[in-house]
Amino acid sequence: MMDAIALSALRHYAFCPRQCALIHNEQLWAENFLTAQGRILHERVDSGVPETRKGIRYERGVAVSSQALGLIGKLDLLEVNTVSDALKPVEYKRGRKKADDSDSVQLCAQALCLEEMCGVKIDEGVIWYGQTRRRESVLLSQRLRDTTRAIIADVRTMLESGHTPAPVYGKHCKACSLIDACQPQEIANDHSQAYVAALFNIE
Amino acid sequence: MRKLQNTLYITRQGCYLHKERETLVVECERKKLIQLPVHAIANIFCFGNVLVSPYLLGFCGENQVNLAFYSEYGKFLGRLQGRQSGNVLLRRAQYRISAEAPLDIARNIIAAKIQSARRVLQRRQRNHGAHEDVTIAIRQLNASLKKLQSADHIDQVRGIEGDAAAQYFAVFRYLLTDKTRQQFDFNGRNRRPPRDPINAMLSLLYSIVGKEISGALQGVGLDPQVGFLHADRPGRDSLAQDILEEFRAWWIDRMVISMLNRGQFADKDFIYAASGAVELKDDSRKALFQALQMRKQEKIQHPYLEEEVEIGLLPHIQAQLLARHLRGDLACYPPFLMR
Repeated sequence: MMDAIALSALRHYAFCPRQCALIHNEQLWAENFLTAQGRILHERVDSGVPETRKGIRYERGVAVSSQALGLIGKLDLLEVNTVSDALKPVEYKRGRKKADDSDSVQLCAQALCLEEMCGVKIDEGVIWYGQTRRRESVLLSQRLRDTTRAIIADVRTMLESGHTPAPVYGKHCKACSLIDACQPQEIANDHSQAYVAALFNIE
Repeated sequence: MRKLQNTLYITRQGCYLHKERETLVVECERKKLIQLPVHAIANIFCFGNVLVSPYLLGFCGENQVNLAFYSEYGKFLGRLQGRQSGNVLLRRAQYRISAEAPLDIARNIIAAKIQSARRVLQRRQRNHGAHEDVTIAIRQLNASLKKLQSADHIDQVRGIEGDAAAQYFAVFRYLLTDKTRQQFDFNGRNRRPPRDPINAMLSLLYSIVGKEISGALQGVGLDPQVGFLHADRPGRDSLAQDILEEFRAWWIDRMVISMLNRGQFADKDFIYAASGAVELKDDSRKALFQALQMRKQEKIQHPYLEEEVEIGLLPHIQAQLLARHLRGDLACYPPFLMR
């Protein structure tokens, strides 16, 4: 069986492939304001026993996996319709809705795990955005499913190679808690050869 | 850049260290001596009869706090190793390069070491006028550097390193002022046990900084025991010893020399055993650690990063640079050499 990839790796990969390799291969982790806020949000979301309100059972911190895709992870929230037994994964994000579909890809991967585990078809999921306090429904279209499978394959290829990609310094680096360990600017500006040559100078 | 955290040196006998919520408490005879936030601590070095609670051990293991034990007189006994951190792929690269191609890293480190020793001697010549023996030693170090540049085997690097160290320590005594030399003389490096006060001070500081380097290496996921210059030997932190080479002359030797020249240590600060072994007395060891702590807080411009950093962070920075080189991010390993 192939090694399982954490669902969170997909989000990390979408943010920055190097960040994904640093966290999941090199086992680096550091906390900053943003990750702490996210962690606290999730501590709140993940706690609590299942409860049923208005015909929907809410299960929190549900562990899922997929043998076929080699995925493992946790859902923030799973909504189960007590009448139709329909499943709806819910993902909590501390920020706001982004222009790209990285959040939807993560949600879709969760749905693919659920479909495999429960043998059902899931039509839609929900992303809850902390900053705008809005629930956004996400339709799990064939296009989104294809994109998700392609990204899972990319992440797997990268992680199995054991190779950490070079950094691409950009605006997103400021929000990254691993900036001290990654040091994107230092590596982009590799002057180690000149530095080492100068060690032998006798002036 | 990472924050510089505190190092605690516990030298008082009979101390008990424990964790009380998010603080560390040092107790002696049931009296609280000090209480600090645990998250502000990077190293705890215990000397002699010091007790550490299981909860504090657990905290150190989980949070990469470097905890080491010494005998009352500064002999290293052991170190707590927490959960193996970091990337097994990085360690594999370290082992592979250490076994198959250690030459470049070892040569760079020794170039920095010789260059740094040379600069310490040159500085002496500038400040106190030229001494003929020192001038000759500088010339010999220049020749060593030249030879090193074309060295193509690790044993050659080790040989050059040995010669250079001998040349440097042969004139080390001239770094002391005439007045200091009347009280403390230095006739070459000796250890296990050190047989004069200067060797005692050097040995203790090399050991302490060496253990800090071990902790820093482990913190970035490297194995402190597998080095490039120093061959594997059970129980020896060979990689930490490699990195220590970069700091000896500039950081530790200069610190000892200037403290002696300023008259901060006197004969009464040492214990002379009948065997010839020399140790620091309790209070003087404490004074030495205090001086080291102060020095660690001083800021310098890091020669490679070109960024202002505290001296105490240098072990961590060099560990990180080495990891980056082994990982393939940097073409060469840039050892520390102060401009």
